[in-house]
Amino acid sequence: MAGGTSRRWSRTVRGPLGVTAVVLLLAVLLLTVFAPMVWQTRADAVHPAEILQGPSGRHPAGTDLLGRDILARVLVATRLSVELALAATVLGVGAGLLLGAAPVVLGRRAGRWIGAVINVAVAFPSLLLALFFAVVFGVGAKGAVLAIGLATAPGFARLTQTMAATVAGRDYIAAARIAGVGRIRILLRHVLPNIAEPLVVAATLAAGSALLAFAGLSFLGLGVQAPAYDWGRLLGEGLAQIYIHPAGALAAAAAVILAAMAFSLTGEVVARAIGLRSAEDAVPAARTAATPPRPAAAAAEIAPLLAVENLRVTFPVRGGQISPVREVSVQLRPGEAVGIVGESGSGKSLTALAIAQLVAAPGRVDADRLEFLGADLRGRGAAAHRRLLGTSLAMVFQDPMTSLNPTHRVGHQLAEVVRRHQGADRRAGWARAVDRLRAVRIPAAERRARQLPHEFSGGMRQRAMIGMGLMAGPALIIADEPTTALDVTVQREVLRLLENIRTADSVGLLFISHDVTVVAQVCERVLVMYAGRIVEDLPSAALLGDARHPYTRALVAAVPGMATDRDRPLAVIPGRPPDPARLPSGCAFAPRCPLATDVCREQDPPPAAYDDGRRVACHHADLAPVAVAPQETTAGRDQS
Amino acid sequence: MTALAVRAGRRSRLGDNAWVRFAVRRTGQLLLSLWVLVTAAFLMIHALPGDPVRAALGPRAPLELVQQRRAAMGLDDPLWLQYAHYLGNLLTGDMGTSMTSGLPVSQVIGARMGATVELALLAFAVSVLVAVPLGTLMAVLAGDGRRRAGDWMFTSASVVLATVPEFLVAVGLVFVFGVQLGWAPVAGRSGPGSYVLPVLALALGPALVLARLVRVEMLAVLQTDYIRTARAKRLPSRVVYLRHALPNAVTATLTMGGLMLGGLVAGTVLVENVFAWPGLGGTIVGSILAKDYPTVQGVVLVYGVGVLLVNLAVDVALAVLDPRSVIRES
Repeated sequence: MAGGTSRRWSRTVRGPLGVTAVVLLLAVLLLTVFAPMVWQTRADAVHPAEILQGPSGRHPAGTDLLGRDILARVLVATRLSVELALAATVLGVGAGLLLGAAPVVLGRRAGRWIGAVINVAVAFPSLLLALFFAVVFGVGAKGAVLAIGLATAPGFARLTQTMAATVAGRDYIAAARIAGVGRIRILLRHVLPNIAEPLVVAATLAAGSALLAFAGLSFLGLGVQAPAYDWGRLLGEGLAQIYIHPAGALAAAAAVILAAMAFSLTGEVVARAIGLRSAEDAVPAARTAATPPRPAAAAAEIAPLLAVENLRVTFPVRGGQISPVREVSVQLRPGEAVGIVGESGSGKSLTALAIAQLVAAPGRVDADRLEFLGADLRGRGAAAHRRLLGTSLAMVFQDPMTSLNPTHRVGHQLAEVVRRHQGADRRAGWARAVDRLRAVRIPAAERRARQLPHEFSGGMRQRAMIGMGLMAGPALIIADEPTTALDVTVQREVLRLLENIRTADSVGLLFISHDVTVVAQVCERVLVMYAGRIVEDLPSAALLGDARHPYTRALVAAVPGMATDRDRPLAVIPGRPPDPARLPSGCAFAPRCPLATDVCREQDPPPAAYDDGRRVACHHADLAPVAVAPQETTAGRDQS
Repeated sequence: MTALAVRAGRRSRLGDNAWVRFAVRRTGQLLLSLWVLVTAAFLMIHALPGDPVRAALGPRAPLELVQQRRAAMGLDDPLWLQYAHYLGNLLTGDMGTSMTSGLPVSQVIGARMGATVELALLAFAVSVLVAVPLGTLMAVLAGDGRRRAGDWMFTSASVVLATVPEFLVAVGLVFVFGVQLGWAPVAGRSGPGSYVLPVLALALGPALVLARLVRVEMLAVLQTDYIRTARAKRLPSRVVYLRHALPNAVTATLTMGGLMLGGLVAGTVLVENVFAWPGLGGTIVGSILAKDYPTVQGVVLVYGVGVLLVNLAVDVALAVLDPRSVIRES
């Protein structure tokens, strides 16, 4: 852990941002300490003969009204500017910390009052607060320090309060409290150390803001008073002369900006260094799989609703590309229900999105054939067939809670389909939407249509999604785990609804699920996916008793039935599906397969056609069906 | 009974209760903040070190005059009575009399407030009008996985530029467009051209910060399931981005924009001073330096109320755009 942190530190600090921040901050601090020693006399030397000169070799940034060297004055002013800004920051952070931590010490009731005060104060911009306090504390450097400090405090207090409240809710604080540890001790020993890092970042950023605020107040004439000078004053003096020679104002402005950036960049760098590491662990170069043999030629084509051959989805990753879906071929007749099953990560959802041409960039979909109702969807085909897809292809997604737009009324989201694609007017679209909501058995459809999705229950939202798909009379419904997020009784309703639609209007259904039993109930044919490929294609009647692929049998065996012996551990498939970036050579299932032999580990089995249209991709598919012995739940879990 | 309920349901997207609770809570907050503000403005004069009248009239002013003024301002009354008078006068629109000009403070403020409000609203409008399309565009380009370099440049440029405070931007603009190019007037308010630089100075930082926020929010929204649903409906990209994604991305932008509008009001103080803009910013600085405390008090109050109203407007707009925020809070 410590190693990770320090590595992150060094990586962040060595980056271009880190180097810039460190160099700027060092320069500012060095100037703060040494500039007055080196350039003070030069900055104060009055040369009546050299008043208001432009930049020259002798005076790189020109001279002011008294002929003093502006560059020297800007450099010397570093000390006062930075000192005052830091003083204001210390004051503001201290006051903010006290206010923000007070609720931990004083208890809930006092905490609520302090919170209310902070809330009121935070509502006002800090510059206005600073102006207010500048009036109270009087014009001048001291007043400005107090003003800016107190103006910083509310924001810092809010931050402290929020974070302290989060930490204070954790178990170890509760434990300490029960153990009788005093509140102040809890604050100092347990709360503050845990929120110290973000507070340090915020304080660094606050120093940058204080510097800018101070420049602002001095510029207005409310901060540092003559004869003392900081950057803000120099800026004000320079602005008055900006038409005669702008170097004075620009030099002061540049100093303020650079110094403020030194602080804010440092804060940024520290924040990144201690922040969460971005999850960008290098993915090893992906295997580019060899072009697979064409699967058995499609049999007896009676006007397929959907014809997919050799579908592949690729994503670029660092140093190569991965293909989470490969060699997928599917045929669907009108009114047919085909299921795709597999573990999560097997590529079944991606297959659904790829068929619907909804894979987002940078993902890429290739296929030898991808036809829907006779239209070729490959390449830019999907864009050309926008209306066809919008009306005849319906999608139902897994999570109804997030699949509807939270800011649009449900009825509007349905009506949109026919309004965009069939030119229906507002009223006709709305009437159709209400009608479809009624068709998916949403009670009081008229009223419900006017509601927002969050007013619907999960089951109702999923029915509304299905209703959306029914708006324009679809030919195919692709349902991606449509019941997974629902509870069991609602599941049954949604399944029955899909079944009714399918049989009534002879709508094709591509049903994706990890649940073998549900797929067996709903579908006529089942495709079993593993590691992005279809490993078995079989009638669902054969699924429970007559599956050929060991993976299919393992999936079936993993389903607990009523007869499952509760005293024995649940059957699971040992190990985990392979990472698409690191597919094993040979059969992808071999490492987890009880029947695997050497040939499995060397050669990827091509799908072989069997009688009744079945296809199996397994070297051992001809072996008599063997019951897979249930494995211990824990076995092979650590293998990855 | 049911008919009534149905009609109520039609009228508001939520149960009416949530809206009522929202209105009550928000009004309570506003009143509390107003009270704190007014009290702070009142106490400000009393927190001053020394005698404000003496400070305003200078050390040489005769004692009689000072005492006369003190009596006229009621400064010799007990504090609670002064407070009561102050509140009463405020309710009738009386904010006292300027110590330097002798004019009523309300008149001074009335004469100058318009220029400031104009400046702040214009700058806000410009920053939103720039930020939303720019941020959306950057998100759409980044979401497509194209133009990585452009995206990176936009992000870093906006980070650097947004740290520069508005009055330094103002100085830079004066230098480039006033001094070097001579394109735009740099002082005063005379004609449409004189608005360009002050509005730019105020709007640049907020526009970039907002654009970055819009970009991040849009990127997040474009990843959501409901955008996938919208794409599955094969809506035109324009509709997906503008009708389905944008309304969901603007809520955070609006919150942030509202906070920034408050800051923008404060920023006018500095920018007005750079451009010699005849607004409240010049008035408050001038009256602080002249120790004209009744005027300072009045201007502080006006700025404070302005900020509170802005925050209220943001909350209401947020509730209308995203009704869930009303429920979530209650």
